[in-house]
Amino acid sequence: MDTKKKKLKISVDHNLEERTIKRIEVNAEVSGKKPVGKINFAELRAGGFIKQRQKDKFTVRLKCPGGNMTLDRLKTIVAATEKFGSGQLHLSTRQSMEILHVDYHNFGPLVDLLKEAGQDVASCGPRVRVPNACGGCEYNPNGITDTQKMANVVNEKFFGMRTNHKFKMSFSGCPHDCIHAASADLGLIGTVWPVWEEASCTGCTICASACTEGAIESHPETGKPIFDAEKCLYCDDCVRACPTSSWTAGKTGHSLRVGGHHGRHPVNSTIAARFLTDEEAEAAIGASIAWYQKAGEGKGRIRLGNLLMQEGQMESYMAALADAIGPEKLEENIEAPQKITIRR
Amino acid sequence: MAEIAADKFIDISSEVCPMSFVLTKLALDELEDGQVLELVCQAGDPVRNISIQLKDEGQMIISVKKETDGNFRLKIRKNG
Repeated sequence: MDTKKKKLKISVDHNLEERTIKRIEVNAEVSGKKPVGKINFAELRAGGFIKQRQKDKFTVRLKCPGGNMTLDRLKTIVAATEKFGSGQLHLSTRQSMEILHVDYHNFGPLVDLLKEAGQDVASCGPRVRVPNACGGCEYNPNGITDTQKMANVVNEKFFGMRTNHKFKMSFSGCPHDCIHAASADLGLIGTVWPVWEEASCTGCTICASACTEGAIESHPETGKPIFDAEKCLYCDDCVRACPTSSWTAGKTGHSLRVGGHHGRHPVNSTIAARFLTDEEAEAAIGASIAWYQKAGEGKGRIRLGNLLMQEGQMESYMAALADAIGPEKLEENIEAPQKITIRR
Repeated sequence: MAEIAADKFIDISSEVCPMSFVLTKLALDELEDGQVLELVCQAGDPVRNISIQLKDEGQMIISVKKETDGNFRLKIRKNG
Protein backbone atom coordinates (compact mmCIF):
# COMPACT_ATOMS: atom_id res chain seq x y z
CA MET A 1 0.00 0.00 0.00
CA ASP A 2 1.27 3.39 -0.91
CA THR A 3 1.43 5.37 2.26
CA LYS A 4 3.68 8.21 1.25
CA LYS A 5 2.44 11.69 1.77
CA LYS A 6 2.93 14.18 -0.94
CA LYS A 7 1.67 17.48 -2.28
CA LEU A 8 0.01 18.19 1.03
CA LYS A 9 1.03 21.76 1.71
CA ILE A 10 -1.27 23.27 4.23
CA SER A 11 -0.31 26.16 6.42
CA VAL A 12 -3.47 27.40 7.95
CA ASP A 13 -3.94 28.78 11.41
CA HIS A 14 -7.26 27.28 12.27
CA ASN A 15 -7.99 30.04 14.70
CA LEU A 16 -8.01 32.65 11.97
CA GLU A 17 -11.29 34.23 11.02
CA GLU A 18 -12.90 32.92 7.87
CA ARG A 19 -12.37 36.00 5.81
CA THR A 20 -8.62 35.83 6.41
CA ILE A 21 -8.28 32.38 4.92
CA LYS A 22 -10.91 32.67 2.25
CA ARG A 23 -8.41 32.52 -0.57
CA ILE A 24 -6.45 29.51 0.61
CA GLU A 25 -6.88 26.48 -1.56
CA VAL A 26 -4.68 23.43 -1.58
CA ASN A 27 -4.30 20.38 -3.72
CA ALA A 28 -4.68 17.67 -1.16
CA GLU A 29 -3.48 14.15 -1.60
CA VAL A 30 -3.41 12.24 1.61
CA SER A 31 -1.81 8.98 2.72
CA GLY A 32 -1.99 7.09 -0.51
CA LYS A 33 -5.60 7.98 -1.18
CA LYS A 34 -6.28 9.05 -4.71
CA PRO A 35 -5.87 12.74 -5.42
CA VAL A 36 -9.19 14.33 -4.90
CA GLY A 37 -8.70 17.85 -6.13
CA LYS A 38 -8.98 21.03 -4.19
CA ILE A 39 -10.23 21.35 -0.67
CA ASN A 40 -11.38 24.86 0.03
CA PHE A 41 -10.66 25.46 3.67
CA ALA A 42 -12.84 28.53 3.82
CA GLU A 43 -15.77 26.31 2.91
CA LEU A 44 -14.78 23.74 5.50
CA ARG A 45 -14.58 26.38 8.19
CA ALA A 46 -17.99 27.75 7.31
CA GLY A 47 -19.31 24.45 8.59
CA GLY A 48 -21.89 22.11 7.20
CA PHE A 49 -19.55 19.09 7.31
CA ILE A 50 -20.44 17.07 10.36
CA LYS A 51 -18.31 14.19 11.60
CA GLN A 52 -20.10 10.88 11.82
CA ARG A 53 -19.45 7.90 14.07
CA GLN A 54 -17.99 6.03 11.10
CA LYS A 55 -14.28 6.49 10.45
CA ASP A 56 -13.52 9.25 7.90
CA LYS A 57 -17.23 9.73 7.17
CA PHE A 58 -19.07 13.00 7.31
CA THR A 59 -22.62 14.21 6.92
CA VAL A 60 -22.73 17.06 4.41
CA ARG A 61 -25.53 19.48 5.22
CA LEU A 62 -26.98 21.32 2.24
CA LYS A 63 -28.31 24.82 2.23
CA CYS A 64 -32.07 24.90 1.71
CA PRO A 65 -33.33 28.31 2.91
CA GLY A 66 -36.95 28.06 3.93
CA GLY A 67 -36.92 24.35 3.08
CA ASN A 68 -37.11 25.21 -0.59
CA MET A 69 -35.82 22.75 -3.18
CA THR A 70 -35.86 22.91 -6.97
CA LEU A 71 -35.82 19.89 -9.23
CA ASP A 72 -32.53 20.96 -10.81
CA ARG A 73 -30.82 21.06 -7.44
CA LEU A 74 -32.48 17.84 -6.34
CA LYS A 75 -31.28 15.97 -9.43
CA THR A 76 -27.72 17.13 -8.75
CA ILE A 77 -28.02 16.15 -5.10
CA VAL A 78 -29.17 12.69 -6.17
CA ALA A 79 -26.18 12.41 -8.54
CA ALA A 80 -23.79 13.62 -5.81
CA THR A 81 -25.25 11.20 -3.29
CA GLU A 82 -24.87 8.30 -5.70
CA LYS A 83 -21.28 9.25 -6.41
CA PHE A 84 -19.99 10.33 -3.02
CA GLY A 85 -22.51 9.19 -0.43
CA SER A 86 -24.13 5.90 0.50
CA GLY A 87 -27.32 6.49 -1.42
CA GLN A 88 -28.97 7.76 1.73
CA LEU A 89 -30.28 11.26 2.43
CA HIS A 90 -31.54 12.69 5.68
CA LEU A 91 -33.95 15.58 6.16
CA SER A 92 -32.52 17.58 9.05
CA THR A 93 -34.63 19.04 11.83
CA ARG A 94 -34.12 22.48 10.27
CA GLN A 95 -35.18 21.87 6.69
CA SER A 96 -31.76 20.98 5.30
CA MET A 97 -31.12 18.00 3.13
CA GLU A 98 -28.08 16.05 4.31
CA ILE A 99 -25.91 13.65 2.31
CA LEU A 100 -24.72 10.89 4.60
CA HIS A 101 -21.49 8.89 4.74
CA VAL A 102 -19.26 11.17 2.66
CA ASP A 103 -15.53 10.43 2.91
CA TYR A 104 -13.72 13.66 3.71
CA HIS A 105 -11.35 13.10 0.81
CA ASN A 106 -14.30 13.72 -1.47
CA PHE A 107 -15.31 17.10 -0.08
CA GLY A 108 -13.74 19.00 -2.98
CA PRO A 109 -15.36 17.20 -5.92
CA LEU A 110 -18.64 16.87 -4.05
CA VAL A 111 -18.82 20.63 -3.46
CA ASP A 112 -17.86 21.31 -7.10
CA LEU A 113 -20.59 19.01 -8.40
CA LEU A 114 -23.23 20.58 -6.16
CA LYS A 115 -22.15 24.06 -7.18
CA GLU A 116 -22.93 23.30 -10.82
CA ALA A 117 -26.60 23.35 -9.87
CA GLY A 118 -26.22 26.28 -7.47
CA GLN A 119 -26.49 24.04 -4.43
CA ASP A 120 -24.37 25.30 -1.54
CA VAL A 121 -23.34 23.61 1.68
CA ALA A 122 -25.03 24.86 4.85
CA SER A 123 -23.38 25.64 8.17
CA CYS A 124 -22.98 24.30 11.66
CA GLY A 125 -21.21 25.57 14.77
CA PRO A 126 -21.20 29.12 16.15
CA ARG A 127 -22.54 31.08 13.24
CA VAL A 128 -25.69 32.33 11.57
CA ARG A 129 -27.47 29.28 10.24
CA VAL A 130 -29.71 28.84 7.22
CA PRO A 131 -33.05 30.49 8.00
CA ASN A 132 -36.15 28.32 8.27
CA ALA A 133 -39.54 29.27 6.92
CA CYS A 134 -42.99 27.88 6.43
CA GLY A 135 -44.70 28.09 3.04
CA GLY A 136 -45.81 31.61 3.83
CA CYS A 137 -48.25 33.61 1.76
CA GLU A 138 -47.17 32.14 -1.58
CA TYR A 139 -49.31 29.03 -1.27
CA ASN A 140 -50.32 28.51 2.35
CA PRO A 141 -53.83 29.92 2.87
CA ASN A 142 -52.96 31.12 6.38
CA GLY A 143 -49.78 32.89 5.31
CA ILE A 144 -49.72 36.63 5.93
CA THR A 145 -46.09 37.45 5.19
CA ASP A 146 -43.78 36.26 2.41
CA THR A 147 -41.62 34.01 4.56
CA GLN A 148 -39.94 32.31 1.60
CA LYS A 149 -38.73 35.62 0.23
CA MET A 150 -37.52 36.67 3.68
CA ALA A 151 -35.63 33.39 4.16
CA ASN A 152 -33.81 33.98 0.88
CA VAL A 153 -33.05 37.63 1.58
CA VAL A 154 -31.80 36.90 5.07
CA ASN A 155 -29.79 33.92 3.87
CA GLU A 156 -28.03 36.03 1.23
CA LYS A 157 -27.21 38.77 3.69
CA PHE A 158 -26.40 37.12 6.98
CA PHE A 159 -25.67 33.42 6.44
CA GLY A 160 -22.45 32.13 7.98
CA MET A 161 -21.56 35.22 10.03
CA ARG A 162 -19.61 34.34 13.17
CA THR A 163 -21.46 34.59 16.45
CA ASN A 164 -20.79 33.45 20.00
CA HIS A 165 -22.95 30.40 19.64
CA LYS A 166 -25.30 29.02 17.01
CA PHE A 167 -27.77 31.59 15.72
CA LYS A 168 -31.01 30.34 14.26
CA MET A 169 -33.71 32.34 12.52
CA SER A 170 -37.18 31.22 11.62
CA PHE A 171 -40.02 32.82 9.69
CA SER A 172 -43.64 31.90 10.29
CA GLY A 173 -46.27 33.36 7.99
CA CYS A 174 -48.93 33.53 10.70
CA PRO A 175 -49.33 33.12 14.46
CA HIS A 176 -49.91 29.37 14.12
CA ASP A 177 -46.11 29.46 14.14
CA CYS A 178 -45.64 26.03 12.56
CA ILE A 179 -41.93 26.74 12.11
CA HIS A 180 -41.43 27.32 15.87
CA ALA A 181 -40.24 30.90 15.53
CA ALA A 182 -40.97 31.27 19.24
CA SER A 183 -38.03 29.00 20.01
CA ALA A 184 -35.57 30.52 17.55
CA ASP A 185 -32.87 33.07 18.38
CA LEU A 186 -34.77 35.39 16.09
CA GLY A 187 -38.29 34.51 15.06
CA LEU A 188 -40.50 36.53 12.76
CA ILE A 189 -44.19 35.87 12.65
CA GLY A 190 -46.66 37.29 10.14
CA THR A 191 -49.44 39.32 11.74
CA VAL A 192 -52.39 41.52 10.83
CA TRP A 193 -54.02 44.25 12.87
CA PRO A 194 -57.76 43.88 12.14
CA VAL A 195 -59.97 46.92 11.64
CA TRP A 196 -63.79 46.73 11.68
CA GLU A 197 -66.24 48.92 9.77
CA GLU A 198 -69.75 48.98 11.19
CA ALA A 199 -71.65 50.23 8.11
CA SER A 200 -71.09 47.12 5.99
CA CYS A 201 -71.44 44.61 8.84
CA THR A 202 -74.59 42.47 8.79
CA GLY A 203 -74.00 40.94 12.24
CA CYS A 204 -73.66 37.43 10.80
CA THR A 205 -71.32 36.38 13.70
CA ILE A 206 -68.95 34.39 11.49
CA CYS A 207 -66.02 36.45 12.78
CA ALA A 208 -66.78 35.52 16.38
CA SER A 209 -66.97 31.88 15.37
CA ALA A 210 -63.76 32.14 13.33
CA CYS A 211 -61.80 33.74 16.19
CA THR A 212 -60.20 31.01 18.27
CA GLU A 213 -58.81 33.44 20.83
CA GLY A 214 -62.08 34.74 22.22
CA ALA A 215 -61.09 38.22 21.08
CA ILE A 216 -64.40 38.69 19.24
CA GLU A 217 -67.77 38.23 20.86
CA SER A 218 -71.07 38.85 19.13
CA HIS A 219 -73.50 41.40 20.48
CA PRO A 220 -76.48 39.39 21.77
CA GLU A 221 -79.01 41.46 19.79
CA THR A 222 -77.25 42.82 16.71
CA GLY A 223 -74.71 40.00 16.26
CA LYS A 224 -72.08 42.64 15.59
CA PRO A 225 -68.57 42.05 16.93
CA ILE A 226 -67.27 43.27 20.26
CA PHE A 227 -63.49 43.28 19.91
CA ASP A 228 -61.05 42.71 22.78
CA ALA A 229 -57.66 43.80 21.42
CA GLU A 230 -55.85 42.35 24.45
CA LYS A 231 -56.80 38.83 23.39
CA CYS A 232 -56.08 39.31 19.68
CA LEU A 233 -53.18 37.30 18.22
CA TYR A 234 -53.34 39.21 14.90
CA CYS A 235 -53.92 36.01 12.92
CA ASP A 236 -56.15 37.51 10.20
CA ASP A 237 -58.89 34.85 10.54
CA CYS A 238 -61.65 37.41 11.14
CA VAL A 239 -60.56 39.45 8.12
CA ARG A 240 -60.47 36.46 5.81
CA ALA A 241 -63.69 34.86 7.05
CA CYS A 242 -65.84 38.02 6.99
CA PRO A 243 -68.34 37.63 4.09
CA THR A 244 -68.90 41.38 3.75
CA SER A 245 -65.27 42.48 4.18
CA SER A 246 -66.26 44.60 7.17
CA TRP A 247 -63.06 43.41 8.83
CA THR A 248 -59.99 44.55 6.90
CA ALA A 249 -56.24 44.48 7.47
CA GLY A 250 -55.31 47.74 9.18
CA LYS A 251 -51.60 46.97 9.12
CA THR A 252 -49.62 43.91 8.19
CA GLY A 253 -46.10 42.88 9.19
CA HIS A 254 -43.74 40.73 11.20
CA SER A 255 -43.74 40.30 14.96
CA LEU A 256 -40.11 40.11 16.06
CA ARG A 257 -39.39 37.49 18.70
CA VAL A 258 -35.91 37.37 20.23
CA GLY A 259 -33.84 35.06 22.37
CA GLY A 260 -35.55 31.70 22.06
CA HIS A 261 -33.91 28.34 21.61
CA HIS A 262 -34.48 24.69 22.29
CA GLY A 263 -31.88 22.22 23.45
CA ARG A 264 -30.84 21.23 26.95
CA HIS A 265 -32.24 24.33 28.56
CA PRO A 266 -35.02 25.62 26.33
CA VAL A 267 -35.92 29.29 26.35
CA ASN A 268 -39.09 30.91 25.12
CA SER A 269 -38.41 34.08 23.17
CA THR A 270 -39.90 37.47 23.95
CA ILE A 271 -41.69 39.81 21.55
CA ALA A 272 -39.55 42.90 20.93
CA ALA A 273 -41.44 44.62 18.10
CA ARG A 274 -44.63 44.32 16.08
CA PHE A 275 -45.86 44.90 12.53
CA LEU A 276 -42.42 45.35 10.98
CA THR A 277 -42.23 45.75 7.21
CA ASP A 278 -39.90 43.39 5.33
CA GLU A 279 -37.28 46.16 5.22
CA GLU A 280 -37.62 46.90 8.93
CA ALA A 281 -37.39 43.19 9.70
CA GLU A 282 -34.16 42.96 7.72
CA ALA A 283 -32.73 45.99 9.52
CA ALA A 284 -33.79 44.54 12.87
CA ILE A 285 -32.10 41.24 12.06
CA GLY A 286 -28.87 43.02 11.08
CA ALA A 287 -28.96 45.08 14.28
CA SER A 288 -29.68 42.00 16.38
CA ILE A 289 -26.71 40.07 15.00
CA ALA A 290 -24.42 43.09 15.38
CA TRP A 291 -25.59 43.61 18.96
CA TYR A 292 -25.12 39.91 19.78
CA GLN A 293 -21.58 39.92 18.37
CA LYS A 294 -20.65 43.03 20.38
CA ALA A 295 -22.44 42.29 23.65
CA GLY A 296 -21.18 38.72 23.52
CA GLU A 297 -17.52 39.72 23.25
CA GLY A 298 -15.44 37.76 25.75
CA LYS A 299 -18.48 35.87 26.98
CA GLY A 300 -17.75 32.65 25.09
CA ARG A 301 -20.39 30.17 24.04
CA ILE A 302 -23.61 31.87 25.00
CA ARG A 303 -26.93 31.93 23.12
CA LEU A 304 -28.65 35.24 22.46
CA GLY A 305 -31.48 34.45 24.90
CA ASN A 306 -29.11 33.68 27.77
CA LEU A 307 -27.21 36.88 27.08
CA LEU A 308 -30.44 38.89 27.10
CA MET A 309 -31.30 37.45 30.52
CA GLN A 310 -28.22 39.08 32.03
CA GLU A 311 -28.58 42.35 33.93
CA GLY A 312 -29.12 45.36 31.71
CA GLN A 313 -28.72 43.50 28.42
CA MET A 314 -32.37 43.57 27.40
CA GLU A 315 -32.37 47.37 27.68
CA SER A 316 -29.10 47.58 25.74
CA TYR A 317 -30.55 45.36 23.01
CA MET A 318 -33.75 47.39 22.73
CA ALA A 319 -31.69 50.57 22.40
CA ALA A 320 -29.77 49.02 19.50
CA LEU A 321 -33.06 47.99 17.93
CA ALA A 322 -34.44 51.52 18.30
CA ASP A 323 -31.33 52.86 16.55
CA ALA A 324 -31.98 50.54 13.62
CA ILE A 325 -35.74 50.80 13.11
CA GLY A 326 -36.89 53.66 15.33
CA PRO A 327 -38.82 53.35 18.58
CA GLU A 328 -42.40 53.38 17.23
CA LYS A 329 -42.90 49.67 16.69
CA LEU A 330 -40.98 48.42 19.73
CA GLU A 331 -42.82 46.77 22.61
CA GLU A 332 -42.79 48.68 25.86
CA ASN A 333 -41.81 47.25 29.25
CA ILE A 334 -40.45 44.20 27.52
CA GLU A 335 -39.45 41.19 29.59
CA ALA A 336 -36.35 39.11 28.95
CA PRO A 337 -36.77 35.67 27.36
CA GLN A 338 -37.95 33.04 29.82
CA LYS A 339 -36.48 29.65 30.58
CA ILE A 340 -38.95 26.86 30.00
CA THR A 341 -38.96 24.65 33.06
CA ILE A 342 -38.87 21.00 32.20
CA ARG A 343 -38.76 18.26 34.79
CA ARG A 344 -35.81 16.01 34.12
CA MET B 1 -86.30 41.14 2.76
CA ALA B 2 -87.61 38.05 1.02
CA GLU B 3 -85.72 34.80 1.49
CA ILE B 4 -83.60 33.86 -1.49
CA ALA B 5 -84.52 30.38 -2.66
CA ALA B 6 -81.69 27.87 -2.84
CA ASP B 7 -81.07 25.75 -5.94
CA LYS B 8 -79.28 23.07 -3.97
CA PHE B 9 -78.90 22.13 -0.31
CA ILE B 10 -76.18 20.15 1.48
CA ASP B 11 -75.79 19.31 5.16
CA ILE B 12 -72.10 19.03 5.98
CA SER B 13 -72.48 19.56 9.70
CA SER B 14 -70.83 16.23 10.46
CA GLU B 15 -67.83 16.95 8.23
CA VAL B 16 -64.51 18.70 8.78
CA CYS B 17 -61.77 19.78 6.38
CA PRO B 18 -60.98 18.53 3.76
CA MET B 19 -64.37 16.81 3.27
CA SER B 20 -66.34 19.96 4.10
CA PHE B 21 -64.39 21.80 1.42
CA VAL B 22 -64.61 19.05 -1.22
CA LEU B 23 -68.36 18.49 -0.72
CA THR B 24 -69.00 22.23 -0.97
CA LYS B 25 -66.95 22.43 -4.17
CA LEU B 26 -68.69 19.41 -5.73
CA ALA B 27 -72.09 20.92 -4.92
CA LEU B 28 -71.06 24.24 -6.49
CA ASP B 29 -69.80 22.38 -9.58
CA GLU B 30 -73.36 21.20 -10.20
CA LEU B 31 -74.71 24.75 -10.26
CA GLU B 32 -74.64 27.41 -12.95
CA ASP B 33 -73.15 30.82 -12.27
CA GLY B 34 -75.59 32.91 -10.26
CA GLN B 35 -77.39 29.92 -8.73
CA VAL B 36 -77.52 29.56 -4.96
CA LEU B 37 -76.16 26.79 -2.74
CA GLU B 38 -77.45 26.47 0.79
CA LEU B 39 -75.35 24.56 3.31
CA VAL B 40 -75.30 23.78 6.99
CA CYS B 41 -71.95 23.41 8.73
CA GLN B 42 -70.52 23.44 12.23
CA ALA B 43 -69.42 26.58 14.03
CA GLY B 44 -65.70 27.08 14.65
CA ASP B 45 -63.15 25.66 12.21
CA PRO B 46 -65.64 24.44 9.54
CA VAL B 47 -67.50 27.74 9.13
CA ARG B 48 -64.23 29.62 9.40
CA ASN B 49 -62.52 27.53 6.70
CA ILE B 50 -65.51 27.40 4.37
CA SER B 51 -66.01 31.17 4.58
CA ILE B 52 -62.33 31.85 3.93
CA GLN B 53 -62.14 29.45 1.01
CA LEU B 54 -65.33 30.65 -0.65
CA LYS B 55 -64.27 34.25 -0.32
CA ASP B 56 -60.77 33.52 -1.68
CA GLU B 57 -62.21 32.01 -4.85
CA GLY B 58 -64.76 34.69 -5.51
CA GLN B 59 -67.98 33.01 -4.36
CA MET B 60 -70.45 35.32 -2.66
CA ILE B 61 -71.86 34.45 0.74
CA ILE B 62 -75.27 36.13 0.56
CA SER B 63 -76.79 35.00 3.84
CA VAL B 64 -75.55 33.67 7.16
CA LYS B 65 -77.79 32.35 9.90
CA LYS B 66 -76.87 30.82 13.19
CA GLU B 67 -79.11 27.85 13.98
CA THR B 68 -80.42 27.11 17.45
CA ASP B 69 -78.14 24.04 17.63
CA GLY B 70 -75.09 26.27 17.06
CA ASN B 71 -74.55 25.28 13.41
CA PHE B 72 -74.30 27.85 10.64
CA ARG B 73 -76.60 27.96 7.61
CA LEU B 74 -74.94 29.73 4.68
CA LYS B 75 -76.28 30.68 1.29
CA ILE B 76 -73.70 31.07 -1.44
CA ARG B 77 -74.20 32.54 -4.88
CA LYS B 78 -71.93 30.80 -7.37
CA ASN B 79 -69.37 33.19 -8.87
CA GLY B 80 -71.51 36.04 -7.54
